[in-house]
Amino acid sequence: MIQERTIPTLPSVNSITRDEGLLLYEDMVLGRTFEDKCAEMYYRGKMFGFVHLYNGQEAVSTGVIGAMRPGNDYVCSTYRDHVHALSVGVPAREVMAELFGKATGCSKGRGGSMHLFSAKHHLLGGYAFIGEGIPVALGAAFQSKYRREVMGDETANQVTAAFFGDGTTNNGQFFECLNMAALWKLPIIFVVENNKWAIGMAHERATSQPEIFKKASVFDMPGVEVDGMDVLAVRTVAQAAIARARAGEGPTLIECLTYRFRGHSLADPDELRSKAEKEAWLARDPVKKLATYLLDKQLVEAGELKAIDRRIQEVVDDAIKFAQESPEPDPSELYRFVFAEDE
Amino acid sequence: MAETLLFNALRAAIDEEMARDPSVFVLGEDVGHYGGSYKVTRELYKKYGDLRVLDTPIAENSFTGMAVGAAMTGLRPIIEGMNMGFLLLAFNQIANNAGMLRYTSGGNYKIPMVIRGPGGVGRQLGAEHSQRLEAYFQGVPGLKLVACSTPYNAKGLLKSAIRDDNPVLFFEHVLLYNLKEDLPEEEYLLPLDKAELVRKGGDVTILTYSRMRHHCITAVKTLVQQGYDPEVIDLISLKPLDFETIGESIRKTHRVIVVEECMKSGGIGAELTASINDRLFDELDAPVLRLASQDIPTPYNGTLENLTIVQPQQIVEAVQKMISLGV
Repeated sequence: MIQERTIPTLPSVNSITRDEGLLLYEDMVLGRTFEDKCAEMYYRGKMFGFVHLYNGQEAVSTGVIGAMRPGNDYVCSTYRDHVHALSVGVPAREVMAELFGKATGCSKGRGGSMHLFSAKHHLLGGYAFIGEGIPVALGAAFQSKYRREVMGDETANQVTAAFFGDGTTNNGQFFECLNMAALWKLPIIFVVENNKWAIGMAHERATSQPEIFKKASVFDMPGVEVDGMDVLAVRTVAQAAIARARAGEGPTLIECLTYRFRGHSLADPDELRSKAEKEAWLARDPVKKLATYLLDKQLVEAGELKAIDRRIQEVVDDAIKFAQESPEPDPSELYRFVFAEDE
Repeated sequence: MAETLLFNALRAAIDEEMARDPSVFVLGEDVGHYGGSYKVTRELYKKYGDLRVLDTPIAENSFTGMAVGAAMTGLRPIIEGMNMGFLLLAFNQIANNAGMLRYTSGGNYKIPMVIRGPGGVGRQLGAEHSQRLEAYFQGVPGLKLVACSTPYNAKGLLKSAIRDDNPVLFFEHVLLYNLKEDLPEEEYLLPLDKAELVRKGGDVTILTYSRMRHHCITAVKTLVQQGYDPEVIDLISLKPLDFETIGESIRKTHRVIVVEECMKSGGIGAELTASINDRLFDELDAPVLRLASQDIPTPYNGTLENLTIVQPQQIVEAVQKMISLGV
């Protein structure tokens, strides 16, 4: 096990109200419960393909997306996209149905686990190849600037968040897009979910400068590192970056130090990560951390959190039922959606 | 418009569409202040500003992906590939995202974008600048492939491509930018999916596109003097192929020669030949004959380069042979 980086601590985190705390908790529990159910379904042979679960990283999705304007700001994800989709508000039913390949899925059964989309929720998509979502996110950010400055739309001040992992930060599209975003002061935030491993490639074995947030400096862009297991820290950093972007002051690179509690995908034997490393990170479970915070600050009572846990379990069970009972795509519509004329 | 050069016809198409629709913008390498490598966007930035005629860094895959994102969120980008060959560096964004994303998203997003620029074999530009990307991209679902060949069709087709809600790869040819033609004063658009009947004839169908259309016209002049009567069709749409027009001609002539600049292996002609055999085999009096480029990287040397691509004399000989055999 490589020497762990010192977990950064912020001078202070933005305070939250009780209601905000409950929303954050609910979103994180939804992500966790949903993914656990996916693993169960996959191992029971009910779900197919490559399935990449988000367990352990919930503080990032909830912290960032929870600081954005739902359905107005844009979010761009990767192949590990279930929980980002849930955080932007795509109903669990539609996400689960997509994983079952059903006609009621958010991508009508054409996309699958790695290709979740929802135009209504401004989810630009899950992108299965490394780095390819970042330019797309850049395009959405460019569009906001273009609408405001060229088309005179004063309301076009949306911010776009591009999520990707540590492995992506060695790819050209990452650097190319940081350059263009800074050059044109685009309203975008680059969110690196540094979970230390690109499948079996340890981050330190893949990059000459493991501290990813530092890579922003050559583009004259702020780069911030944050404890990716602490939703309030992530939220605080995201709020500042989103405000900057919305004010036209340009992009920010946020490196969230986090960890995935499962293998790269459900097909990954996960043989390279040490037991000690996994245990050290499991002890920092972001869902438990938020629960402890809310209880310590006496913002909520334990019974309220348990009630949320139960309700979310019902939501996920309902999503499974909905997905299983939903129709398969109509074979006569095999070609539907190849071209724009197919609505 | 009086006599217009092809690059100015393209410029006029872009100018008219940008004036008509504020969501249309151009991006690419040196499209703005420099005016484009073949001056297709010359001085448009002065009229429309730097954001609408956006000079990008040399980052093909990323600016192509950026255009995809802009298109998904309601703009209508026109990418200029400074040389279409450079877009090999953007293959992923063009194939995975421009081409397939509407489908994989289950219809959530449209991607109305045009990717245009110079391709084909020029004069001693070397292998990398002499590519025929249409062959590489024809297998990507969701893309429309269009090749222009005259100032008239260049303008009408590009305007339609810009208004189309799908990603359109729009192929121009490096050696055709200075063709001249009288263009109508009034606005016109041409359909993206219709082949163009270049010469009506009766004894053989020649299917071609882009610069090879002009080689075919040269060959036909000789052939007509010798008493032959070939029909020449410019495919225009390389995907989907216009089998209505192609079929009508073949049912009349029963003989087909394909003349293309693609390499023979996996070229447009390969797909065309297979499709003709699938659909119209019973109409054929002879096997489809393919005249295509040699399967080699385009050599720099002028003599070798000429040997690599089809020359008009080869077309003349192919027609003579096919018809004199009486098949």
